[in-house]
Amino acid sequence: MWSWVGHRITGVGIFFFLLVHVLDTSLVRVSPEAYNAVIGAYKHPIMIAGEIGLVGAIVFHAFNGLRIILVDFWKQGTRYHKQMLYVVLVLWLVTMVAFSARHLMLFIGGE
Amino acid sequence: MTAAPNSEAILPAQGIEAPRSGKVDPKYLRKGSSRGNFEMVTWVFMRVSGVALVVLIFVHLYTNLMVGQGIHQIDFAFVAGKWANPVWQFWDLTMLWLAMLHGTNGMRTIVNDYAEKDTTRMWLKSILYVSTTVIIILGTMVIFTFEPCLVDDSGQLLEHAPSFCQNVVN
Repeated sequence: MWSWVGHRITGVGIFFFLLVHVLDTSLVRVSPEAYNAVIGAYKHPIMIAGEIGLVGAIVFHAFNGLRIILVDFWKQGTRYHKQMLYVVLVLWLVTMVAFSARHLMLFIGGE
Repeated sequence: MTAAPNSEAILPAQGIEAPRSGKVDPKYLRKGSSRGNFEMVTWVFMRVSGVALVVLIFVHLYTNLMVGQGIHQIDFAFVAGKWANPVWQFWDLTMLWLAMLHGTNGMRTIVNDYAEKDTTRMWLKSILYVSTTVIIILGTMVIFTFEPCLVDDSGQLLEHAPSFCQNVVN
């Protein structure tokens, strides 16, 4: 049940980010200055933390989505749904440790 | 003492028509609704597009945030460099369409679940579909009408133009 709640909440969050992300990317049709100014906001420390949160939501939604597909289509899916959720959480943690480390190192090093 | 005949005490065989006619009232059939198999198509679409989006978005995040300078490399020239390659144009176009349709169908499901009043549901979904249409058309046009080497009225390259534009303009 909690994986279902998590899937919905991350899905809604990603959807609204997607709307904003298409709009900010569209500024490349306005001018290089406009695009660079707005994309520069993504390099602010608060946004760096926000990006880790965003990628965390995306990675959970992705791995849990693959688990849902396995529950639906794999014969043993319903039997192992709980074990697969633990696999999702472990993979999520590993991915997020790697992403956060790299993202933070680039942020500190690239200043 | 004779019991009065009870009109309701008839044998089932007499009271219920045997289900052998083959004519079933359409309201008991699971097919033939006006919705067709739309919900089934969207269910399949969520799974197929979901798998594709995992690949599309993970590669998108890796190439933009994990290699090179990461988030610091992202500027107008970076976008111009990527979209100079038709593969990335097609990549981003596919990602845009699949992600928007996947997300919109997810939002549609959530609105259907929680908005109980018919008018609320209708309004929320109308706003959702209009937003989706605008974003998909806008994003598609941006990818295909993007011009990396913008010049001002005097023909000079704009500031922050990608370096490869020097060869194009001069």
